[in-house]
Amino acid sequence: MSRLVRMDRTGHTTLAEWTAEDPGAVEAAVEAFRAELDRGYFGMVSTGPGHAEQVTELPVDAELVILRLPISGG
Amino acid sequence: MAGQAGTTGQGLRETAAGRGCATGESSCQRLPETSAVHWRPRADARSLRRRGRLWTLSTVAHVVPFVAAGVLLFVVQPLAAAVSLAAFAHAWIIPGLYAVRGSNVLRPRPKAGAAAERTALGLLGDLVDHDARELHARTGLVVERAGLGTWVVGEAGAVLLRHRGRRAFCYCVRVADPTLPGPDRIAHLLLALRADEQGFATVANLAFSGARWRVRRHLAPAMRPALEAAAALDRVSGSARASSDRVAMGSDAAGRQDPVHDHRHRKPAHEDPPRG
Repeated sequence: MSRLVRMDRTGHTTLAEWTAEDPGAVEAAVEAFRAELDRGYFGMVSTGPGHAEQVTELPVDAELVILRLPISGG
Repeated sequence: MAGQAGTTGQGLRETAAGRGCATGESSCQRLPETSAVHWRPRADARSLRRRGRLWTLSTVAHVVPFVAAGVLLFVVQPLAAAVSLAAFAHAWIIPGLYAVRGSNVLRPRPKAGAAAERTALGLLGDLVDHDARELHARTGLVVERAGLGTWVVGEAGAVLLRHRGRRAFCYCVRVADPTLPGPDRIAHLLLALRADEQGFATVANLAFSGARWRVRRHLAPAMRPALEAAAALDRVSGSARASSDRVAMGSDAAGRQDPVHDHRHRKPAHEDPPRG
């Protein structure tokens, strides 16, 4: 089961869960992902220890997709 | 639909292509936040060396005049010893204030609710290995080895250790949402750092650069083990990086890519976890 989570004031919120075999769930996850991108979030997936990649389309086969906010110099 | 979503690989290729990677840059993906600081040159090993030297020069420029004035005053008029002591105090305190500013980047921010902190901690725990989790539980900081050096990531900033852990670069960098729990702030910075280390160092504001001990003495005692663990980790990987730096300098002269930035050369943090 893959998950789309957004880091927010509650710690994190799971926005969608899906499996590649469930097109309906995938579609819902894709819509949720795009909606969050429109709100200014960035999608991130871990690609191995010490590595992460930003994604602009929902990677269906990823176990965990994390939505983060932009960072800036303090 | 699955077809609309694409695969991880497709997404990555699209992302990389959309960022307009520089020719020869191995870490192709760039943080989108760097466009907000487009006037800044992209941070790399060479620019860090240059900035480190400038900070050293700046420290010398603060210290030498006060020390010289103090000595001169005492030689000319020993009765002015109090003034000489004041000059020496300035020579000590002013660089110290800069170091305080540097150590403040790791200072924890006000906590969110306990439940939110616990939830966020669970997600951060998924991103790091067991030793890093244990170190975070003790210090509130995450140690991450990367291409430019070894990072100590806090809630509102990060310290990069280079030169075998002897020199610290303290960066202020934050997430836009002030209501986020502490572990989520760290997770934000960690993910950005892992995606594009040079971009991360470009976006962040350099608050201080100097000897590690100058930062350490102003850190809360509970946080010091994280800095020491990072220094130990950087000592291990420092010699390999130093040789890469030498190769890179030769490569730069030939107009080629600096291999120190190649993420393929990076050793994952969990392969050689930090020791508290």
